[in-house]
Amino acid sequence: MSTTTTHAPAGPAPAGGSAFEPVMIGFTCNWCSYRAADLAGTARIKYPPNVRLIRLMCSGRLDPAFVLKAFAEGADGVMVSGCWPGECHYIEQNIKALRRLTLLRRVTEAMGIEPARLQLLWASAAEGQRFANEVGRIVEEVRALGPLAWGRDGARSPGSVEAALALAATGSSDPPPVSPADIDQPAPALAEVTA
Amino acid sequence: MSDNGKPRFAMYWAASCGGCDIAVLNIHEKIAEVAAAFEIVFWPCVMDAKYADVEALPDGSIDLTLFSGSIRNDENLHLAKLLRRTSKILVAFGSCASEGCIPGLANLSPVNEMVATAFETQSTDNPGHVRPTPSWASPEGEIRIPTLAPVLRTLDQVVEVDYIMPGCPPESARIAEVVDLVIAVFAGRAELPPKGSVIGAGTSTVCDQCARQRDVKKIAAFTRIQATAHLDPAICLLEQGIPCSGPATRDGCGALCPAAGAPCIGCYGGSDGVMDQGARLLSAFSSVIDAREPGDIERILDGLPDPLGTFYRFGLARSILRASRPASAGNGHEPPVTARAPGPALAGSAGGTDR
Repeated sequence: MSTTTTHAPAGPAPAGGSAFEPVMIGFTCNWCSYRAADLAGTARIKYPPNVRLIRLMCSGRLDPAFVLKAFAEGADGVMVSGCWPGECHYIEQNIKALRRLTLLRRVTEAMGIEPARLQLLWASAAEGQRFANEVGRIVEEVRALGPLAWGRDGARSPGSVEAALALAATGSSDPPPVSPADIDQPAPALAEVTA
Repeated sequence: MSDNGKPRFAMYWAASCGGCDIAVLNIHEKIAEVAAAFEIVFWPCVMDAKYADVEALPDGSIDLTLFSGSIRNDENLHLAKLLRRTSKILVAFGSCASEGCIPGLANLSPVNEMVATAFETQSTDNPGHVRPTPSWASPEGEIRIPTLAPVLRTLDQVVEVDYIMPGCPPESARIAEVVDLVIAVFAGRAELPPKGSVIGAGTSTVCDQCARQRDVKKIAAFTRIQATAHLDPAICLLEQGIPCSGPATRDGCGALCPAAGAPCIGCYGGSDGVMDQGARLLSAFSSVIDAREPGDIERILDGLPDPLGTFYRFGLARSILRASRPASAGNGHEPPVTARAPGPALAGSAGGTDR
């Protein structure tokens, strides 16, 4: 339990009021990391409010689809936290979470999402300070990457077929700006796609 | 119905390889029943037809349309909308129409990169650097070709679809069953399944139909089947380290590939209740990796050289993260990485299992 004081506080927040505030989803396990967040709260430890926590019974409960959906719906980063290896309430399901996240990160990276946007964090129920420090570190890493901009219309989308073809003809790698009206068909809502 | 009382049938191929049409013809003598039971009004693979003839049809005048292929260009989109308007029952037929299939993998690249690959790579002899243009004034008149859409879409992402029939291609035995059902429905002897159903397939997984034995749930290494000298014909392929998509893939094929000694590649899409086939598959794979330390896990996973292509070979255009999304839109900063570059360890704060 030496980790509570060894981690430096998160890096300084960017100056100015208009700094980018990442929207993050954090999955915590019921037995360790959620209690660590609880402890950070009762101990009144300050840390960035960017992470919206969702409590699962175990990090091993995490379906990779949860993470994909968080990114698809606009999260700039996802944090998954669980008990330290060897301390899982369900023996070793956190190891399954580690394996899933390792593989999932290879896939999301291939889809174009920086690895630092998907992070795994171990924290015991006693590590409120560590939890706060690590959340601060992760938020700053995601802040440094900037917005994920995985909006459904796509900020850098070539948009219309004409624009796409003009791009194809020039071989340019710099797509022109696009307005949502250029999209020939509105993209279906996620619920329709996955229903 | 046509003048002779037969229901009207159409089949169309959009962005596809034509294998779905071949699979329909492959129902053997039953194709004669199709010809006898239906009036075939439009089927470019087997008979001459003009788009103008279909455009002239009144709304809902075709009773059954099997639409194979995905929506890659404006011609595909026009035909999708046209056949939706003119069809009573529109079936997304095959993997391309229902989930994007192999053509959907192009959604990982911007259109300009895709075209550059087709026209400028070393294997292409294109000294004049010719690129497709939407229209060209030839001496005989203006020639127009379809223009590529920025992203490939599945049929149900552009028009409403009544039924989905998965498979790459759908197995001919399943097609024959569906043909029998539809003939019975038009004869008043059967009822159609609820709208939106998956037809011609099961609700479980390929593993359920696979005869191979599964005992061990530990995988120490992944290998490509080409690199394997000997495979046990009776044991689960995944247990032998061959990436097999059976655990997350809908049944309906009868587990033909594993029975023949080849791994399932996932062409029937996700099984019932699966939101994202790739996510379910990677979850299944990582659950059985026999390693606890991050380094060991990474080493075993290095045996999967292309995890994205392995897990999303058929379903990328329908996946949660990549559904109808141009590649260039995915990330405001970096172009999509198609090959895995070495990144930082999974979690800076979880570098090992030691405290």
